[in-house]
Amino acid sequence: MLKDITIGQYFPGDTLIHKLDPRVKILTSILFIVALFFVKDFYPYIFIFLFIVAVVKTAKLPVKFILKGLKPLMFIIIITFVINLLFTKGEVLFSLGPISITKEGISQSVFMALRLILLIVGTSLLTLTTSPIALTDGIESLLSPFRKIGLPSHELAMMMTIALRFIPTLLEETDKIMKAQMARGADFESGNILNRAKSLVPLLVPLFINAFRRADELATAMEARCYRGGEGRTRLNELKFDRKDTTVLLSMVLFFGFIMSTRYW
Amino acid sequence: MKNDIMINIENVSYEYKSYVDDSIQLAVKDLSLQIRRGEFLAILGHNGSGKSTLAKMMNGMILPTRGEVYVNGINTRDEDKIWDIRSKAGMVFQNPDNQIVATIVEEDVAFGPENLGIPPKEIRKRVDDSLEAVGMSEYKKHAPHLLSGGQKQRVAIAGILAMEPDCIIFDEPTAMLDPSGRKEVMETITKLNKEKNKTIVLITHFMDEAVLADRVMVLNEGENVLMGTPREIFSQVEKLKELGLDVPQVTELAYELRKEGFDIRKDCITIEELVESL
Amino acid sequence: MIIEIENLNFIYNPGTPFEKKALDDISISIEEGDFVGLIGHTGSGKSTLVQHLNGLIKPTSGKIIIDGVDITNPETKMREIRKKVGLVFQYPEHQLFEETIYKDIAFGPKNLGLTEEEVEARVKEAMELVGLDYETLKDRSPFEISGGQKRRVAIAGVVAMKPKVLILDEPTAGLDPKGRDAILDEIKKLYERENITIILVSHSMEDIARLANTILVMHKGKVIMHDKTREIFKSADLLEDIGLDIPQVTKFMKEFKNRGHDVREDCLTIEEAKEELIKYLRGTKNA
Repeated sequence: MLKDITIGQYFPGDTLIHKLDPRVKILTSILFIVALFFVKDFYPYIFIFLFIVAVVKTAKLPVKFILKGLKPLMFIIIITFVINLLFTKGEVLFSLGPISITKEGISQSVFMALRLILLIVGTSLLTLTTSPIALTDGIESLLSPFRKIGLPSHELAMMMTIALRFIPTLLEETDKIMKAQMARGADFESGNILNRAKSLVPLLVPLFINAFRRADELATAMEARCYRGGEGRTRLNELKFDRKDTTVLLSMVLFFGFIMSTRYW
Repeated sequence: MKNDIMINIENVSYEYKSYVDDSIQLAVKDLSLQIRRGEFLAILGHNGSGKSTLAKMMNGMILPTRGEVYVNGINTRDEDKIWDIRSKAGMVFQNPDNQIVATIVEEDVAFGPENLGIPPKEIRKRVDDSLEAVGMSEYKKHAPHLLSGGQKQRVAIAGILAMEPDCIIFDEPTAMLDPSGRKEVMETITKLNKEKNKTIVLITHFMDEAVLADRVMVLNEGENVLMGTPREIFSQVEKLKELGLDVPQVTELAYELRKEGFDIRKDCITIEELVESL
Repeated sequence: MIIEIENLNFIYNPGTPFEKKALDDISISIEEGDFVGLIGHTGSGKSTLVQHLNGLIKPTSGKIIIDGVDITNPETKMREIRKKVGLVFQYPEHQLFEETIYKDIAFGPKNLGLTEEEVEARVKEAMELVGLDYETLKDRSPFEISGGQKRRVAIAGVVAMKPKVLILDEPTAGLDPKGRDAILDEIKKLYERENITIILVSHSMEDIARLANTILVMHKGKVIMHDKTREIFKSADLLEDIGLDIPQVTKFMKEFKNRGHDVREDCLTIEEAKEELIKYLRGTKNA
């Protein structure tokens, strides 16, 4: 069950998109999000949709994989849809008791659900085509100007890397502890909220203890490998901003600028 | 002459406070040991014998309470040179999961050289060479959590190799692996010793691994109780049993038969040797 | 028969590119009171099989009957299954969570809905069975004892549920020889005293040879051998083909026999080999 989560997963490849500088991809993603919230009509979605299709095709990502990423968030999408459907005022099409469906409600709910889907799919393209390390390197580099005001950009990036590294390990461990406690008769599924919360103790306590043990061992191992913070560190893959990165970034600024401008037409 | 010694441990003791009753305990007691360059030394002992403490003193992870440890002639108390020491005496730990930092194999291998400030081009070369040496080149773009235990441990070894150490200290590297993983790792270790001429210190409680070493030291309650070639060590069946350690089954069989009055070589450690001597 | 498995199949991630057949048409039965060694490579399906036996994994198809109860029937209550089959996972000490050793061991029996007195009696008994002193240890924290002791506490937590079948997945992994021998001795005692069925999953052929009466060999999701321990280790070649070993003494006796000495080749322990060799060597000398 836990293994179904594909958000944040990297899909290795050797395409133009994979090779782009992570900073270009991060900035593009930010532009994408901003542009998405600027859109107030349906038709600019077509451009955004085409953009997504183009990226997916160029990066050779399997569509199935992307759709799978939507699954765990389906609940949120449906809630958004229903809330907008029920609570938007306007021209009533039909009503059932206190519930009434309006024309604006339908349009608004479809619009919001689409926005959410595009948001999830669009941002997942970043993590699908960028290795977590490249991503953290990109973030570290983009944040480095703020070091002057005391932002620990290297430390933040290292924390992200380690978190990403240990997510699968900890998920596996959770699964194992859960099974072990179930073998001792623990019940994680029934009862009211209070009982359920209580039943998590046999899962959470060992999980925390093991996480601390891991952290301690990892810290020792990192020290043994001469880790002493970001000062004086070099990188295997240094970020290089070349001509293709500049070209892509400029095109993205123009493209999303155009989409944002549709708001004022 | 002095240059022949990779690690020199002189009258070292290590004290710690017991968390049960706050009493002062000695993990290592007045121990001296010289590890020669290019040597493969196995340190055998059961849990709590002080072997991990001793290992951590060999690269300055912990400092002795009394006595001195020299790595490549440098005292581990010399704070300015601690990174030299750690890059020259690398260390591989028990749990492969808890020593891999990055999410891609080659980026993890690069972690050590990156910390040392090596230029990117040189790191690239070292990463490729190290992965080659442990036979993991084809996995360089893989995510570590999808590898088997033995493969993860080999990646961890490559991560140390990339710092170009003279000596690698292995702290029970196979304790959490299955038989095939153990075999992979032990093959890698012997290869590094024979082909790359790395000094190896292997801390273990598996006697079949200690058999592969040039020299074995048996540690008990922080003291060096036996030292010699594997053959000299394993022929002392009674002593080892008393210390709670294993001996190869054939060695024990030979020992039992001798007790019954049969004239058999005392120091058989392989099936072949016992068959021959019967 | 305490365990009967009929045509058991299990497929991981069916219908996805990650689809994998973990168990392939397994049909076996295990006699009550047997001590079974389960061997096979990592990934051969051992863990998947044992997790089926106490209902942690539901089969894709097939039937598992334990002590007359069909545990694959959705009507069967989990509590009934847990009472019948106890499963001790690898590194079980990583699942300890209570403040005291007593409370941790009592967790399982409490979940079975036993009274306070019964729970206490069971904890006492279980601690004694695994060689832990009840009075001195019951109020100690399970986190401040040695690794070997932690593991005993964890095993006691399952033993206290008094299962008819006890499954131990690599109970000696990561322990030193002393800790390993101590745990194996406790398991042996437990088996002899409690008249239970034990399934021991292990990579150590020496341990299996010492303890198990019968052996199940798994390979690529199938049970490829199921026989008396002595018979299994006679097929050294077959085992080696799938990357498994036989105990060193057994190997030695085989080699000795191959050199033209007329000895039994199915000795499993040093004691057996010693007796056989003494008999043989004295015999040849006298002749």
